[in-house]
Amino acid sequence: MAKISTAGNYGKTIRSDCKITIELTKSGGLKIDLISKVKEYFEDQIISLAKNELDFFEIKNAKILIEDRGALDYVIAARIEAAVKQLIETDKEYLLPIISENTTITKSDRYRRSRLYLPGNTPKLALNAGIHKPDGIILDLEDSVAPAKKAEALILVRNALRSVNFYGAERMVRINQLPEGLNDLEQIVPHNVNLILVPKCETAKQITDVNNTIARIKKEINLKFDIWLMPIIESAVGVINSYQIACSKNVVALAIGLEDYTADLGIQRTTEGYETFFARSQIVNSAHAAKIQPIDSVFSDVNNMEALKQNVLISKSLGFAGMGCIHPLQIPVVHKGYAPSEKEIEKAQKIVDAYKKAKKKGLGVVALGSKMIDAPVVKRAQKTLDMATIGGK
Amino acid sequence: MKKADKFVKNAAGRMVPTIVNGKQVVPFMGVNKYRPAHNGSAPRVPTCIDYPKDGNKIVESLKEALIKSGLKDGMTISTHHHYRNGDYVANMVFDIAAELGIKNLVWLPSAAFPCHAPIIEHLKSGVVHHIEGSLNGPLGDFCSHGNMGGLGYLRSHGGRYRAIDDGEIHINIAVLAASAADMMGNANGVLGKHPFGPVSFSKTDSKNADRTIIVTDSLIDFPCYPWEIMGNDVDFVVTIDEIGDPEKIVSGTTRITKSPDRLLIAEYCAKFVKAAGILKNGMNFQAGAGGTSLAFVHFIKEMMVEKGIKARSMIGGSTKFLVDMMEEGLTDYIFDGQTFGLEALSSLRDNPNHIPIDIFDIYDFHAKGNLAQMMDVIVLGSTEVDVNFNANCITHSDGRMLHGIGGFQNCMLAKCTILAVPSFRDRIPVIKDEVTTLVAPGELVDVIVTERGIAINPLRKDLIKATKNSGLPIRDINDLKKEIDKICGIPAKPKLSEEAVAVVEWIDGTILDTIRKVEK
Repeated sequence: MAKISTAGNYGKTIRSDCKITIELTKSGGLKIDLISKVKEYFEDQIISLAKNELDFFEIKNAKILIEDRGALDYVIAARIEAAVKQLIETDKEYLLPIISENTTITKSDRYRRSRLYLPGNTPKLALNAGIHKPDGIILDLEDSVAPAKKAEALILVRNALRSVNFYGAERMVRINQLPEGLNDLEQIVPHNVNLILVPKCETAKQITDVNNTIARIKKEINLKFDIWLMPIIESAVGVINSYQIACSKNVVALAIGLEDYTADLGIQRTTEGYETFFARSQIVNSAHAAKIQPIDSVFSDVNNMEALKQNVLISKSLGFAGMGCIHPLQIPVVHKGYAPSEKEIEKAQKIVDAYKKAKKKGLGVVALGSKMIDAPVVKRAQKTLDMATIGGK
Repeated sequence: MKKADKFVKNAAGRMVPTIVNGKQVVPFMGVNKYRPAHNGSAPRVPTCIDYPKDGNKIVESLKEALIKSGLKDGMTISTHHHYRNGDYVANMVFDIAAELGIKNLVWLPSAAFPCHAPIIEHLKSGVVHHIEGSLNGPLGDFCSHGNMGGLGYLRSHGGRYRAIDDGEIHINIAVLAASAADMMGNANGVLGKHPFGPVSFSKTDSKNADRTIIVTDSLIDFPCYPWEIMGNDVDFVVTIDEIGDPEKIVSGTTRITKSPDRLLIAEYCAKFVKAAGILKNGMNFQAGAGGTSLAFVHFIKEMMVEKGIKARSMIGGSTKFLVDMMEEGLTDYIFDGQTFGLEALSSLRDNPNHIPIDIFDIYDFHAKGNLAQMMDVIVLGSTEVDVNFNANCITHSDGRMLHGIGGFQNCMLAKCTILAVPSFRDRIPVIKDEVTTLVAPGELVDVIVTERGIAINPLRKDLIKATKNSGLPIRDINDLKKEIDKICGIPAKPKLSEEAVAVVEWIDGTILDTIRKVEK
């Protein structure tokens, strides 16, 4: 193995990150140098963290350079671990305590109107992601991470799952395309992830593989923690198989990725979106048939909020329940767009009122005007009202 | 002469000197506990018979004007900062002084910028003894390390005006850049090739200095009108090629922030203003330049349009955003103390409702009706706050001077003062147990808005009650601090020496705090 390794990022535009360089030496103990804009305040904390961690990995003699841009402990720890693992073979993981906010589980049918993509190897974007109140955050290991950075991103994402407060957002991770993605699960599943996104999913078999791997890991560490799945359909084959995929165990939502889908078809993605109409409708249909949530693709022009608004309205009218966001400013637009209309709210309110009235009277059958109302209709109406409330209506 | 001597603990609990640069000063006594005596300045008394009958006061060069003004060792020289980081004039003045072998000058700028870094050389060589005025960038760093000959003296915009009027500072020579002037010295900042806006900061300089020199790059025919600076207050007029770089007036201050976190802070500010019942017809508010302030204006504007609300007045730094709002009928008036950008300049020139104002009228403690205290709400930035709502806008937590006070202290008189701050910067918490430098006493700071929650000063029971059911994340400041400390870790206290390098004056002229030398 190498004698010198580096991990992380350092530079003028980098924030909340650090670069670690470790050189193994034969003698002389640990020699740690720190360059940091917060050195005056955090020198002792950073040095003692580094020492503890190197002790933990049983590194006795080394020169360590920490070039820091205000990284928090979980980032520094992840970068050191990534650098160490390039130098020695070890299965050990240096874990900081998990914060109490990140021990929450989520329900299978919770709202998933917005999910904010966070590049897995860019800590500064994760720190404040939760304050923008997305329904979910996605720590991404796939497309937003350069191939050479995959290993260090995985460690950082693992640490973020334990240490970053996302203020109630569902904690999601997008693993790499299978089969590599199965390896990612080893480091993600044990750390209170709520939902795994499976990219470029084409068959139900792939979901079975994911489920089996998760089940095995959970069993090994005796973890009782619900982990849901959201496959992303990004190809023609995937669209055809979407119903089987949607029916698979633990799948709570089915997403579509239109950039890859249009590339697969060899066509251009347009603003109007006629070319993806079939695929989107198929996803909506498969998801509804499987009684799970259909989730739309991201809208990539972050500067055009008006176009996003129109896009969300079309998406909602097609039957989607949410979409991906690539910028925090998209979140309120998406939430507003998927919120029920005044008319929908009014109708739902009538149904719920009628149900309550009937229940009070002890009636078994609920009727609104001349129409009979059964339980799922009431449930849906209640959901509409809840959605209106959280959407601020 | 000791820079600072005879320290006492003032009413804010801070150790401050009672002698600064050899002069007796008064320690802070508490908010509204001290009324400064107006002894009046005593400028040289001129007679018209000593000035040219044809009114022509043009001299060949700035050097000649300075010599004719009697420039000599130990004088106080004032300049203004309307060109902000693009000012050329202040550097020229001290280069000439150096050439003439003059020593121990006191520089009294209305604000200094990184473009004034060359003055460090003059501080080192003793041409300039010390600076009384905001210190930031390289000059702030130089002073923070204790390298200045005298103690730095930091005043707010209103405080500087007051100190000149009260005769606490005597200006020997005022060197005032004007974008247009005539041969007599009538001058303004709205005409000429590179206009910069109203001459709001330096009218008092022209009235109270022994000698006033106007420096312009656009000499126009008599009379130069509007004559914000009156030729009758001017001794000499100098024309040079360029008085400054107008591009640098606007840099970095006039674009809405793109940071989603800062936008969220601005949105919380606007929502708070609405929830507190401040957003109503006829309201008056200050909305400065700067990314977060502009974003606040953006959100307030949306709410005003939605609810059909029109303000009576807005105080600038006027920008295109304020001008658009006036043109869209969302405010009757703009009071303009400083102008950013061409749109704001043409509005100032052409729209009678865009009113240039003197700093005296907005900010001065002696004003009989200070505009700042008439404002319903003012949103400001800050480097640090503490759990007692004290605020700092000068130093960062390491004690280094980074910003001037500007109008920060003066704005504290508004009916509702909001500080919009991120809860941490680069892992350094912004909410402290105690601010490093006290610039505004906590009893005057009403609300602190961060991206993680809003803290209302317990003294403002009315605001707490009004916003109780607003759905906004209103939180106890101690809880907020706890959360931030959990994210960042608790930083070690910076190492500061006992040695004083500057003092902070409160708006009434008393000494609020001492800035200490930075060790490293």
